[in-house]
Amino acid sequence: MSRELHRFKGGVHPPGHKTESNGRPVHTAPVPRTLVIPLRQHIGNPAKPVVEVGQHVLKGQLIAEADGYISAAVHASSSGTVTAIGPAPVPHVSGLPDDCITIETDGRDEWVERTPIDYRALAPADLRMRLRDMGLTGLGGAVFPSAVKLDPGAHVCPTLILNGGECEPWITCDDVLMRHYADEILQGVAVMRQLLGSTEILVGIEDNKPEAIAAMQAAAAKLDFAVEVVAVPTIYPGGGAKQMIETLTGRQVPTGGLSTDIGIQVFNVGTAHALARAVFHGEPLISRLVTVTGHVLRPQNFEALIGTPMQRLIDLAGDRDGTTGVLMGGPMMGMPMPGTEVPVVKATNCILVKSEALFPPLPKMLPCIRCTRCADACPAELQPQELFRFAKAGDFGRAQEYHLFDCIECGCCSYVCPSHIPLVDYYRYAKSEIWAREREKRAADLARDRHDFRQFRLEREKQEKAEKLAAKAQAKRAELAAEAPAQSATRDADAKKALIAAALARAQAKKAEVAPKNVDNLPPDTQREIEEIEARRAKIRELAHQPLETDENKP
Amino acid sequence: MPAPIVIDRSSVTQVMAWVLAALVPGILAHVWLFGPGILVTLSLATATALAAEAAMLKLRGYPAMPFLTDLSAIVTAWLLALSLPALAPWWLVVTGTLFAIVVAKHLYGGLGQNIFNPAMVGYAVLLISFPVQMTSWPGPLALTGASLTLADSAALIFGGAPKAVLDAVTMATPLDALRTGLLQQLTVDEVMAQPIFGRFGGTGFEWLAFAFLLGGLALWALRIIGWRVPLAFLAGIWLAAGFLHFFDAGRYGAPWFHLFAPSVMLGAFFIATDPVSGSTTPLGKLIFGFGAGVLTIVIRTWGGYPDGVAFAILLMNLCVPLIDQYTQPRIYGGARGRDKGASP
Repeated sequence: MSRELHRFKGGVHPPGHKTESNGRPVHTAPVPRTLVIPLRQHIGNPAKPVVEVGQHVLKGQLIAEADGYISAAVHASSSGTVTAIGPAPVPHVSGLPDDCITIETDGRDEWVERTPIDYRALAPADLRMRLRDMGLTGLGGAVFPSAVKLDPGAHVCPTLILNGGECEPWITCDDVLMRHYADEILQGVAVMRQLLGSTEILVGIEDNKPEAIAAMQAAAAKLDFAVEVVAVPTIYPGGGAKQMIETLTGRQVPTGGLSTDIGIQVFNVGTAHALARAVFHGEPLISRLVTVTGHVLRPQNFEALIGTPMQRLIDLAGDRDGTTGVLMGGPMMGMPMPGTEVPVVKATNCILVKSEALFPPLPKMLPCIRCTRCADACPAELQPQELFRFAKAGDFGRAQEYHLFDCIECGCCSYVCPSHIPLVDYYRYAKSEIWAREREKRAADLARDRHDFRQFRLEREKQEKAEKLAAKAQAKRAELAAEAPAQSATRDADAKKALIAAALARAQAKKAEVAPKNVDNLPPDTQREIEEIEARRAKIRELAHQPLETDENKP
Repeated sequence: MPAPIVIDRSSVTQVMAWVLAALVPGILAHVWLFGPGILVTLSLATATALAAEAAMLKLRGYPAMPFLTDLSAIVTAWLLALSLPALAPWWLVVTGTLFAIVVAKHLYGGLGQNIFNPAMVGYAVLLISFPVQMTSWPGPLALTGASLTLADSAALIFGGAPKAVLDAVTMATPLDALRTGLLQQLTVDEVMAQPIFGRFGGTGFEWLAFAFLLGGLALWALRIIGWRVPLAFLAGIWLAAGFLHFFDAGRYGAPWFHLFAPSVMLGAFFIATDPVSGSTTPLGKLIFGFGAGVLTIVIRTWGGYPDGVAFAILLMNLCVPLIDQYTQPRIYGGARGRDKGASP
């Protein structure tokens, strides 16, 4: 605890509301009659089904395999019969259905044969593939496939940070996990440490979780390697990976880079726990801790099977009248759910049930008075008031100049805004508009290149035809006069090839030149986000065009 | 798309209410110094501002609520009223307030859109149009020996008393006296020997300055305003005045004298800190404040008016877009300034 801590810029102190749910013991939610398991629960390619409708599956059986490197497998959460493979409602703001595997459970909850992984004996690459096939993803919210993050590649990762910050209000699943499963979390760390070659292991926990800190310290004392459990100040978004890194090490992830660039890798505590279950018990990721809190009778944490409808958990926690909606996640960054029948997925850390009393509607928005409280609160150290101005005016180029894409959408700016402007929504709108425009631009560029090449081809064919005719005439004439050598024909063909090559090269160069920024080499999470945001663009655009009810009255 | 679904309790109204509250010590000092006339002026300006605000909102098709209750118009009205000479005639108050609200605020787009501080625009218009009335300050009651009741003050303001009554109590302000004295080839020491000059600034006036300073420090303690603009503004005044004074103490007033003018404290904590018309970047706030401070001394020393706070702030308002553009701070992760490589 003697470690010198660093204070990242910005941040806010929203009321924590942790005690509502962290006092009750963890209950294992019963197996529901129907499990709906989405194929796309992680960042990257959706998993590919390997079962058929009507097939009987066992608990923990692989039902969809990872598709490519950045992907993760999906398993049956309980035994039963596959009744459908296809689109079903998923926990996403858009309300659009996505591919899922539906299983009617048989109530026997019969396990597939589980074989622990001898992680010390396996080559790192093989071990990572095994973890990918166990469906391991980050459980902190971004659901990035863990196997990818456990590949240090060309980097060295001397520092491994275990993130137990849990800075979002209301959520307590990590807190409760650390209190009850500290030993298993650190078992997972032992495996991570081997894969990454880390020499320094830090566990960052916000100081509003003293029980979790004590449990983790007790567990760390039993290990044969050093793990430093550090209490960090409670401030939102202190549990964000970048902020946790700065708090613990004083270093910042370079703009546009990854934490591995500075030799640091960060995992959520839940991920370490799931990893331990996979390696030491042979259990794939088929369940997780979920906080059910807010407007329910008994806010608490459940060990819930992936695919359990959210409403089952809300019922277990005691459904109440007067519910005004459900969020997946916390009140700062949580996603509104299109309904309560959507399934629990690997990313579901919290089901927050809203009511008018707990979350009153936001007051009417006023114009920005440029007070820069948002800039003071911004952990990305941006100038949110300028980004807002540009986003509202549709000046997306300027928004990008002012580093729109460094915004982490934590919501601190909206939280402090005295004018109650939903700033994050404007940034999402601007980002989605930029992505859409870049896509259109690329399509247009491609079409123009094709058109240019066609024009060139037509021209060339015309020329060739003329040459051919001329040659024919010449040949005829030559035939009449004497014999002529036929070498020129091959030379012609060579010249033609060179012309085509040159044209292609030009087209390529042009394309490379105009290739837009921020849309190439997108991290897969961003790519996914683009797709997500696309679905709600229309809604947001409406909002941006009518920021004030009376704007249309203005000349 | 509600994210986040929780917000802090702060609001524009709350911010404005704190600003008004922080002006109270200054108002009390004003009453003690010049009599209760300021209460009449404040009421008149408030009523005019609210009426103008309501009319403009209606004309522009905006709802009266929540704009009328955001208190921003009242802040403008009070800042203007406190800048005017005590016992200024009613029509001066009304004209200035109307210009501030109608032209400087609403014709520029209303709350949050005005590039100039409305109160200072109103003040500048009055100063240019009615220089005589704008420089007719009554002397502090302690010096003139007069005693004014609320009724007396109201009578003077609304023209119900003969002009001679006002003339009897009017005397040069300290800044006026300094300016006039220097024009008469007196040295600073000779000028400052007059009774109007007190320990730091002008007799009485310096207490008004302290009262504004007190309110300003309270605003800073409450995080309603930041430290950058006021500190840079005061530093600009002190350094510019100090430089000139060091250069020739006989011709240029002491930095403390310049610093403890009420207009400087009001300007530093209540006017230059107006977020709408000020710079938004950390470095920009320092440049903005410092520039306004230096310009104030330049105008006081070489300009045509005894005081320069209003013009200095308006001139710096003009520079804000430029300052902001070139002072974009470093962001998390090390990128500096604007990303000029970003594709539009």
